[in-house]
Amino acid sequence: MTGLSFDVSHLLAGALVLVSFLLLYQNRLFALLNVFALQAVVLSLSVAWQAYVQGAPHLYITAAIALAFKAIIIPVALHRIIARLGIHRDVENVVGIGPTMLAGLALVALSVVVMLRVASEADALAREDLAFALSVVLLGMLMMVVRRNAVSMVVGFMSLENGLILAAAGAKGMPLVVEISVAFSVLVAFTVIGVFLFRISERFDTVDARALDQFQGDRQ
Amino acid sequence: MTAFPFDGVTAILALPAATAALLAFLPGYRISATVNMVSAFATFVAASSFFLIKPASGVYFLVDDLNIVFIVLNTFVAFTTSVFSASYIAHELEIGRLTPTHLRFYHAMYQALLFAMNLALVANNIGLMWVAIEMATLTTVAMVGIYRTNEAIEAAWKYFILGSVGIALALFGTILVYMAARPIVGEGLDGMVWTTLIKRVPEFEPALLNLAFVFLMLGYGTKVGLAPLHAWLPDAHAEGPTPISAVLSGLLLNVALYAVLRFKLLLDANANAIAPGPLMATLGIVSLIFAAFMLYRRRDIKRLFAFSSIEHMGIIVFAFGMGGPLANFAGLLHMTMHSLTKSAIFFTVGHIAQAKGTQKIADIRGLTVSHPVLGWSLILGVFAIAGLPPLGIFTSEFLVVTSTFARAPWLAIPLVFGLILAFGALILRLQGMAFGEPSPGDKPTTASSLPIAAHLGLVLMAGLYLPPPLVAWFQHVAAMLR
Repeated sequence: MTGLSFDVSHLLAGALVLVSFLLLYQNRLFALLNVFALQAVVLSLSVAWQAYVQGAPHLYITAAIALAFKAIIIPVALHRIIARLGIHRDVENVVGIGPTMLAGLALVALSVVVMLRVASEADALAREDLAFALSVVLLGMLMMVVRRNAVSMVVGFMSLENGLILAAAGAKGMPLVVEISVAFSVLVAFTVIGVFLFRISERFDTVDARALDQFQGDRQ
Repeated sequence: MTAFPFDGVTAILALPAATAALLAFLPGYRISATVNMVSAFATFVAASSFFLIKPASGVYFLVDDLNIVFIVLNTFVAFTTSVFSASYIAHELEIGRLTPTHLRFYHAMYQALLFAMNLALVANNIGLMWVAIEMATLTTVAMVGIYRTNEAIEAAWKYFILGSVGIALALFGTILVYMAARPIVGEGLDGMVWTTLIKRVPEFEPALLNLAFVFLMLGYGTKVGLAPLHAWLPDAHAEGPTPISAVLSGLLLNVALYAVLRFKLLLDANANAIAPGPLMATLGIVSLIFAAFMLYRRRDIKRLFAFSSIEHMGIIVFAFGMGGPLANFAGLLHMTMHSLTKSAIFFTVGHIAQAKGTQKIADIRGLTVSHPVLGWSLILGVFAIAGLPPLGIFTSEFLVVTSTFARAPWLAIPLVFGLILAFGALILRLQGMAFGEPSPGDKPTTASSLPIAAHLGLVLMAGLYLPPPLVAWFQHVAAMLR
C-alpha cells in the first residue's frame, strides 16, 4: 500500500471521529441532523476510498447506500417529521456538554489503547481503522446515553452504525458487507418509521424518552 | 454451494418465507390462523426429518448435532404456539383489541420470525447468522408494539433501542472474529464460515478473539436477556400479545444463546485465548440471583414469568459456562424443559388474562374454582418451572447443582440460594392466584388446552423417564460442547 492511500484512509477515518465529536455538542435538533448528514458523507467517502484502494467494487454499493440513504433520505425525513410535529426545540442533555466531551475523549483514548494493543499483528491500516471505528461506535453509544430526546437517540444509533460500517469496510475482503449495510439500513428505516408511525410525540406530547418511563407496568 | 438441492434445510427456510408472503395478502383471520398452523406443522415435520436424513453442510448452511436439538425444539414450540395463537387471537378480535388488518400483519410477521430464527440456527456463516438475528429482532419489535397502547409502544421502543445496540455490538464482535481469521484463513467468504473457523482457530491471534468474545457476549447476551442487559425483556413480554411472549421466552432467547454457544466453541478451541466459561458462569449467576429477587416485587402476571425466564436463562448460561459433559448435558436439558414449560405457562396465562380481563396478579384469585382447567394447568406449570419433582426441570436443575458441587462447591452456594429464592417467590404468587374466593370477571374462554397439555405432558414425562436415545443424543452434544 502506498503512503498516499494510507494517509487518505486515515484522514477520512479521523474525520469521522471528529464529526462524532461535533454531534456530541449540538444542542439544536436541525443542526444535529445537518452534522449527521455530514458524517454520512464522510463515511461514504471513506468507504468509497476503501473500495478504490482494495479494488473491491461491491464496496461502492455500500458507499452509495450510505450517501443516498443516510446523507439524504433519513435526514430529510427526520427534518420533516420534526417540523410536522413541531418539536424543533433545544435538545436536552442529561449530562452537561463539558463532562460529555471529556467522557468522549476518554472513550477515544480507551479504544485506541485497546485496539492498538490487541491487534498488534494485524496490518497497520486495519488496526488503526479499527481503533477509529471503535471510537465512533463508543461515541455513538455515549450520545444515546446522554440524550433524552427520541430523535437524537436515533441519530446516536445511526452514528454508532456508521462506525460499524467503517470497521466492516476496513476489514479487507470481508464478505457480506453489502448485505450487512442493507440489513442495517432496514433497521434504521424501521426506527425512523417507528418515531413517526408510533406517533410517540402525539401520544406523549413529547419525544422525550423520559416521559415514557411513567408507563412502567409494575407501578400501581 | 452451486446447486441448490431441495433438502430439509431448504424446506425449513422456504416454508415459513413463502407462508409469510402468502399471509401478508390473505384476508380473513380464520384461514390465516389455519394456514399459519399447517405451515408451522409442516416446518416441524421437515425439521424432524433431520434426525433421519442429515442435510449436507455448505458454505452458508450447517446442520450438525448441536443445532438439530435447537431446530427441532424451535419448530415444535412454534407449531404449538400457532395452535394456541389461533384461539387466543379469536378472543382478541372479539373484544376489539386487534383489528383484522392487524391480524394479517401479525400472521405474516409470525412466519417471518420463524424464518429468521431457522435461518439463524442453520447459518454456517457468522455474518448470515447476525443478519438473521437482526431480522428476528425486527419482527418481534413489530409484534410487541401491535396493541398500540402507550405501554406497548414504550415496550417496543425500549426493546428496539436496547436490542439494536445489542446486535450492533455483536456485529463489531463478528467483524473482529473475521479480522482474527483473515491472516490465517485468507480473505473472502472463508473467513466467516464457522466450520472453517473452528478448524483453524488454534492459530488465530488470541487477543483479537478475546476482544471479539467480549463484544459478542454483550451483544448476543442482551438478546439472551442476561442481567444487567435484560431491561427490555419484561416489558416486551408483558405488553405484546401472549403468543409472542411464549415465542420470545421459548424460542428467541434460545436462538441468541445458540449464537453465544457457537462463539464459545471457537474460543474454547484456541488454547491461548481467555476461557469463556467463567465469564458466562458469572453472568448466569448474576442473572439468576437478580431475577429471583425481582420476582418478589411483580404485580403483573406476564412480567412475573418474564423475570422467571431471565432466571432460567441465567441457570442455562451458568451451566454452559461451567462446561464439562455433565453440566453441558444439564444445560441442554434445562433449555429444552424451560422452553416447553415456559411456553405452556404463557399459553395458560394468556387464557387467564382473557378470562379475568386483567394481567394484575392482585385481581386474579381463585382460579381453581372458577376455571379449573386453567387453574390446575397454572399450578402444574408453576410447580414445573419452580423445579419441583417429578417434573423435568427438577431433573435438569438437580444435574446443574450436583455438577457444580462436584467441580466448584463454593459456586453451588449462590446457585442454590437463587433457586430457593425464586421457588419461594413463585409459590407465594401462585397461592393467591390459584386458590381462595374467585375474583369477578368470569368470562368463558374458548381455551385450547391441547398445546398446554402436550407441553406439560412432555415435561412430566422427561421428569419421570428420559428415553435412552435422547440421553445418548444429549450426551453426544454435551461432549461436543466441551
